[in-house]
This record gives sequence, structure tokens and C-alpha cells, in this order.
Amino acid sequence: MSTLRSYLPYLLAGILFGILLTKAEVISWWRIQEMYRLQSFHMYGVIGSAVVTGAISVWLMKRFNVRTRNGEPIVIQPKSFDKGIVIGGLLFGIGWGITGACPGPLYAQIGAGMTVVVVTLLSAIAGTWTYGKLREKLPH
Amino acid sequence: MLELLRQPWPWYVAGPLIGLTVPLLLWIGNKSFGISSTLRDLCAACVPAGIPFFQYNWKDRTWNLVYVAGIMLGALLSVTVLGNPEPVAIAPDTVADLQALGLTDFSGLGPSEIFSWDVLLSWRGLIFTVVGGFLVGFGTRYAGGCTSGHSIFGLSTLQWPSLVATICFMAGGFITTHLLLPLIL
Repeated sequence: MSTLRSYLPYLLAGILFGILLTKAEVISWWRIQEMYRLQSFHMYGVIGSAVVTGAISVWLMKRFNVRTRNGEPIVIQPKSFDKGIVIGGLLFGIGWGITGACPGPLYAQIGAGMTVVVVTLLSAIAGTWTYGKLREKLPH
Repeated sequence: MLELLRQPWPWYVAGPLIGLTVPLLLWIGNKSFGISSTLRDLCAACVPAGIPFFQYNWKDRTWNLVYVAGIMLGALLSVTVLGNPEPVAIAPDTVADLQALGLTDFSGLGPSEIFSWDVLLSWRGLIFTVVGGFLVGFGTRYAGGCTSGHSIFGLSTLQWPSLVATICFMAGGFITTHLLLPLIL
């Protein structure tokens, strides 16, 4: 399979996700503020119904032994727990509240024309880089 | 039909479709949905600097970089072909709260008084754009995932560490909104 063709499904899935994020307005700083001020159900509805749908579909995939389109068995990568989940989670949450964007919406905001978010994205990459640099010294 | 699609999509339409991303990526190629790892891939591709955390074959994860390129394209389509000329219908209580904090312009996806090239180099611009972005990148990697990897993929696959992560994400956002914003806005 040619490389370009093998990546096409991911490009299409990404386009669909970008449309969903943008049309549901979850990339809006205002919607994040509504969520953290408990003044609108919108964000809770989006995330909640996404989780329920995701969980039901994963359960159905397991129940009916669905395989990938290439016939491989589905493998779900486990998430392990360490202190980083709590410390990093809080730090990310604080950042999410400030920027009004988690990583997916950062990309979407740029596509939607908020060009200054390129700076936010570069800074997020710098944050990830700094984590990689300090990783051994941080509590986990 | 196009008129309908141009309206903002309600949560009960967009949410379930977002949830279907999880089985879709598993079906396409056994991929775990998660966006923040692309930040790590970009570090590994561009500035690995001999750091062990960035010594891996990032090319194996090209699919995710293609995926986020798709996100940008999708967002572009949403504001052009599917563009909605109306501003975001923000809850009146939220508008009132933010007016009390000094914001006046409620057009666009976010406050232009904070997020624009004009104010980028002010202290407010630097905090909201540079510091905020840094925390997003540092925190997500430290926590091993973001809203997509933990809150959607992790919760959908019933992994308890992702529930802890999601609770911490929310707690951090509440801290920002109720304790930090009054100080930095």
C-alpha cells in the first residue's frame, strides 16, 4: 500500500473531528468559561455523550469481536497510574482554563483563523519538551 | 441542508459523533485516540536534543500528525463552507461574569482583548498565550494524556487512571476560572 494512501483515512478522520470540534463550538474560550462557571450544559453534554457513545462502541466491538479493517484483533493500550496524572492533570487543567483550549482545539483554532494560537501551540510544544528534559527529576 | 449544517451543532449531535472517533481510529488501524502525544512527536521530530524521552521512531506515529493536520483543515472548512455568521451564543450569566472582570468584546471564538497579535506582547497576552500554552504542553505530557486521550479514549475504555486525570483537569480549570482569572484578567 502506498504511504499516501495509507494515511488518507487518518486525514479524513481528522477533518471530521476538526469539523465536529468547531461546529460544536468546543474550541471557543467562551464555552470553556461557561463550563467552569457551571452556566451551561453544553460542554458537559458534548463530553458526556462522547464518553457514553465511545464506551458503548468499544463494548460492542469487544462483544462482537470486531477487528480492524485489516483484520487485526483490536488492542486497547492501557493507561497506567502515577503521581504525574494528578500533578500534570492539575497543571494542564489550569492551562486549559487559561487558554480555553486543550491540544485538539489548539490545532482547530489555528485552522479556524485564530493565527495567534500558533504561539500557544509552539509554547505547548516547548512545555512538552521541558517535561521531557526534566522527566527524571520530576515525581512520578 | 447546508443551512442546517451551518448552524452551531447541538451537543447531542456533536458529542456522540466525537465519541465515535474512538472506535473509528481503532477500526482504521488499532490506534488509540489522543492528541497531546503529537506535541511529543513534534519534539522528537524537530528538537530531540539527545533527551531519552524523545528517542523513539516518531515516524511510526506519522498517522497522528496527519490526523491533526486534518483537524486544522476541518476547522478551516467549518468557518468557510460551513461558516456561521452569528457570534457564539454565550450564556448570559457568563457574559455578565466576564464583563465584571473587564472584558467588553464578546465576538469571535474567544476574547480578542486577550488572544490577538496586538496584545501578544502585553503581560496579559504573554500569560494567556505563552504561559497557558506551556502549561497545556507540560501538564498533558506529565499526566500522560489530555481531554482526548484520557477523558474520551481513557474513559470510553473504562480505565480508572483516566478518571483521576479527568477530575484533575476539571479541578485545575475551576482553580483558573475562580481563583486565577480575577487576578490576571
